[in-house]
Amino acid sequence: MTDERQEQGQEAPEQEARGLRRSLDVRHGDHPSPAVEGAEPRAKVAREAVFQLEDLMVSYNAKPAVRNVSFDIGVNEITALIGPSGCGKSTVIRCFNRMNDLIPSAKVEGRVLYHGQDLYGPQVDAVEVRKRIGMVFQKPNPFPKSIYDNIAFGPRVLGMKGDMDEIVERALGHAALWDEVKDRLKTNAFGMSGGQQQRLCIARCLAVEPDVILMDEPCSALDPISTGKIEDLMMGLKEEYSIVIVTHNMQQAARVSDKTAFFTVELGEDDHRTGRVVEFDDTEKIFTNPSDSRTEAYVTGKVG
Amino acid sequence: MSAHGEAVAPRAEGIGRPTSSRRAKDIGFRLGLLACLGLAILLLGVLLVDVVTDGVDRLSWDFITSFASINADQAGIEAALTGTLWLMAVCAAFIIPVGVATAIYLEEYADNTKWYNRLIEVNIQNLAAVPSIVYGILGLAFLVRGPLSLGPVILAGGLTLGLLVLPVVIIAGREAIRAVPPSIREGSMALGATQWQTIWRQVLPAAVPGIATGVILSLSRAIGETAPLIVVGAATFVAFNPEGLDSNFTAMPIQIFDWISRPSNDVNDYRPLAAAGILLLMILLVAMNSVAIWLRNRYEQKW
Repeated sequence: MTDERQEQGQEAPEQEARGLRRSLDVRHGDHPSPAVEGAEPRAKVAREAVFQLEDLMVSYNAKPAVRNVSFDIGVNEITALIGPSGCGKSTVIRCFNRMNDLIPSAKVEGRVLYHGQDLYGPQVDAVEVRKRIGMVFQKPNPFPKSIYDNIAFGPRVLGMKGDMDEIVERALGHAALWDEVKDRLKTNAFGMSGGQQQRLCIARCLAVEPDVILMDEPCSALDPISTGKIEDLMMGLKEEYSIVIVTHNMQQAARVSDKTAFFTVELGEDDHRTGRVVEFDDTEKIFTNPSDSRTEAYVTGKVG
Repeated sequence: MSAHGEAVAPRAEGIGRPTSSRRAKDIGFRLGLLACLGLAILLLGVLLVDVVTDGVDRLSWDFITSFASINADQAGIEAALTGTLWLMAVCAAFIIPVGVATAIYLEEYADNTKWYNRLIEVNIQNLAAVPSIVYGILGLAFLVRGPLSLGPVILAGGLTLGLLVLPVVIIAGREAIRAVPPSIREGSMALGATQWQTIWRQVLPAAVPGIATGVILSLSRAIGETAPLIVVGAATFVAFNPEGLDSNFTAMPIQIFDWISRPSNDVNDYRPLAAAGILLLMILLVAMNSVAIWLRNRYEQKW
């Protein structure tokens, strides 16, 4: 790991030097916009990819919801998926842990490689995939059980060995929730505030020791203070996990993510809307010097 | 708008007073509704008062612990009461697993786009509306005689009643399962739980209050059913308690029906017996429904 980080640092020193919390004020067009047409994909940085998307297309009832999605998601990075409503961000993030399997009409084409292995290969078990790739949802969805049982549920169904009390404490500690709830572990999780519930959902996800955490608009139902706590949490979790986040909040994407994929919606024949990726790049570049005029219009707030 | 005070701005004119005819209609409609409600309660009240005045004197521990007798003074309802309890036990043992399993299949596994699943759904709705006597005939043809040839025993009676209320249990179970939000299933599946683990450990526990309410309400429908049991062959004069699933039996509605239909005279008046039986049946019903209401209020999950 260390070697790779160094390697990465050598190849992209500006990436290391960059501050994590960037100001959005620099994004307006001082930077000359590079030619949009035929913009070459940037030379691949030698970074380890946790997911590689190859011409991914997802359809519902044989109508494509999103297509031509190809980019790599790096290990220990936070990758943000942004774009207007209906552009397929949530659809794409649900491909990473095969949640789309639960929708009978959904069909996934193209390839999603997870550490090089095809997630949709014939021998891959979706349940195994979901053990390794956790997910946090838009609306906090604690189980109607005690705080303790919410955390313990995952380890129990997966038959994890070890002292359950320890597992629960570790997960809650990881999610910066332990101090707030340690005296009421046996009370119902529905009694927590929205922000606490969402951190409980993150803790629940951490308890099964995943490799990746997917977050589908995790802060859209939360106030700014709770949002800030979750963002701080994400910055810390990045050390150990790879994180993919869908967000409608561009400032949030700019604040927390290393890479950003910008999606847009195209209106096809018969008014069917299909999402597609416009640009995938370092977050800083997306927000300060995007290659595509549509990205620029979106991140500067001219459209969307 | 000359001066403030009495003068009302034109736009606000008449705002506080509906015209008298609209007001009259409004009040008339309310009175009409109240009258309907009053009539319903009055009829129920008259029935209740009638039954209570007839039967309350006979409702005693002796009544509950005596068997049928030619002698009206000594007759009691024990055999019918135990018969009914046996029937309910058999019925519950049948409808809970089968009804819940069917509800789980239809809600969690069945693909609604398939014609056979839609056919099952439509037929369950229809079955809930089939007259109970038809189930009695079904029970007679398939359980008492025919393929199973159980005879007119507890098992046959309980299963017949179970078939009768099964559609209601399935429908109630489906509603309870559907009330568990999809986000709970997603949260569970996203942790790597299998579909079965998700259903067994998340969906079902959250749906249990609703399912239990449905089961109890179904049983309280079954407890009052008379026609199917007559067809199945419940006895009317039984001087022993059922000893097992293969015992002959009678049930409370049957016993009540028998007492009402007997010719009464000054020596043997069976009508107070019937009234006392009805009272006991009603007490059982109210108790069951109270439990259902309590369950719903106490454990219902607010999402």
